[in-house]
Amino acid sequence: MIGNFIGVLFDGIAYGSLLFLISVGLSVTMGMMNFINLAHGAFAMVGGYVCVTLLSKLGLPFLATLPLAFLAAAVVGLVLERTLYRQLYQATHLDQVLFSIGLTFMSVAGATFLFGPTQQPVNLPDWLRGQVHVLGLDLGSYRLFLIGVVVLITLGLYLLIERTRFGAQIRASVDNQTAAAGLGINVSRVFSLTFALGSGLAGLGGGLGIDVLGLDPSFPVKYMVYFLLVVAVGGAGSIKGPLIAALILGVFDVAGKYYVPEVGAFVIYTLMVVLLILFPFGLVRRKA
Amino acid sequence: MDKSALRLPNDRWKPLEIAFWLLPVASYFLFPDYLVLVSQIMIVGLFALSLDLILGYAGIVSLGHAAFFGLGAYTAGLLSVHGWGEPISGVLAAAIVAGIVGFIVSFLVVRGQDLARLMVTLGIGLMLFEAANKAAFITGGVDGLSGMATGKLFGVFEFDLYGKTAFWYSFGVLFLLFVVLRRLVNSPFGMSLRGIREGGRRMPAIGANVDRRLKAIFTIGAAVAGVAGALLAQTTQFVGLDVLGFPRSAELLIMLVLGGTGRLYGALIGAAVFMVAQDKISGLDPAYWQFYIGLFLVLIVLFARGGIMGGAEKIFARFKPKEPA
Repeated sequence: MIGNFIGVLFDGIAYGSLLFLISVGLSVTMGMMNFINLAHGAFAMVGGYVCVTLLSKLGLPFLATLPLAFLAAAVVGLVLERTLYRQLYQATHLDQVLFSIGLTFMSVAGATFLFGPTQQPVNLPDWLRGQVHVLGLDLGSYRLFLIGVVVLITLGLYLLIERTRFGAQIRASVDNQTAAAGLGINVSRVFSLTFALGSGLAGLGGGLGIDVLGLDPSFPVKYMVYFLLVVAVGGAGSIKGPLIAALILGVFDVAGKYYVPEVGAFVIYTLMVVLLILFPFGLVRRKA
Repeated sequence: MDKSALRLPNDRWKPLEIAFWLLPVASYFLFPDYLVLVSQIMIVGLFALSLDLILGYAGIVSLGHAAFFGLGAYTAGLLSVHGWGEPISGVLAAAIVAGIVGFIVSFLVVRGQDLARLMVTLGIGLMLFEAANKAAFITGGVDGLSGMATGKLFGVFEFDLYGKTAFWYSFGVLFLLFVVLRRLVNSPFGMSLRGIREGGRRMPAIGANVDRRLKAIFTIGAAVAGVAGALLAQTTQFVGLDVLGFPRSAELLIMLVLGGTGRLYGALIGAAVFMVAQDKISGLDPAYWQFYIGLFLVLIVLFARGGIMGGAEKIFARFKPKEPA
């Protein structure tokens, strides 16, 4: 019973950390650029399909496909930001919502056209399959790997934002665009690069998540709520907030599906509405 | 002397409006084969109208408006399955149920900003979808509600296979509600909503209770959506899970921006254009159809804000003689 519970907790944390990885870029877009981007899941899908294609068509090793998934999604993000997104930073939230729903629909149709409507398989290398025995518990190797990767990336992200010059520029632009521009920071370039970074992380998450989340053309719509949820509940513009929110969400979702399967996704939607009522501005409110 | 600035908007019916309402009547005689499509357009038009009230007039972005449409559809459907097939009381019951839920939800919606509103409406829509999906013993789950039998309208007119009764029924309800809503948005209450949309923080300064007004219009919008759902259920004699689905909320937003938000006729025209286009292109793969709706949305946002009605207004304004200042 206890082992069971720890197993669910472990799976929930693995799932939550994956959600965090994909959503953290969205937190920046929504918090920093004040842009409601419902199409964020499409960038994750790009990463997923890049991974699958490289694995099956070119036979690249799984680990090698991950950086390429990051890169591909980052490039797509950068191009879209430069051409389309930036035109709508000053637009109303409604316009942003409509624009990004439009992009989402297009990405779903595009993926169906290119890859067909079916679920994509992913062949994980042997060392990532099976279980690892830790203190008498059987833990999925892949989930352990997932948690490890996300911890590393979160640390890297933290160092990037807190310790580097670029990070300082991001923080300055988040806090006050006008003042940042006045200090000679090229805010528009910082925005573009940050957007690309966020999209890239989503793409990496999409690649890593094929085994856990699955990959088919409906991906951006199916998980849209989850990514939005992580950011809305966590508090847009921070890293800590979405991390906490993603872990809570992941654990509750897995626990809900495990213990009360007849209720299904209802658990998570209820949790979200309750959390939003309690914290209308998110768990971690960004200091202005 | 010009006192127009002191008056409410001119509420008199313009000839163009009367002509507009003669269009569906004319289509009844001109295109008898398309009665079902025209009825559906009118029902979806009513649904779009209900979203326009809360989004176009009050500025609340909702991603889950299908929740109220679905509630109305299931209310009317369940009543009918359990032997209460009388259509008008079914519609009223749907309006009441959707209105009550809308009223409860409105308390959550007035809190927080756009993002929280978006998430709450989306979340409630998804919750209802999941609830209807899981409660298959009541709703029929994915198979939908079967065995609906809509009773005679006024106890006289039977719902026929050609959709004649359904047509006049939908037209009657739409027109009646339109008259009421038209009056509503041109009333001081309607004007205060526009004020809130344009700058909510300043409205309390002139003594307007912003939250109460937003709750009121959200409730009304929910009730009207419930009526539209009930009409669809009764005229097609079927309710499926898709009445609650997110795609329906998204398509509704598309129709509204296509026609033009904040204008009652925009909602109707947007619904008509969208439904006719869908009917004409439905032979294509659904995936392609989705691609074109997506492209369409992106283009509207980038190049044609204001939709069809906004564009028409700009063209009219060009030809209108300038009034002396």
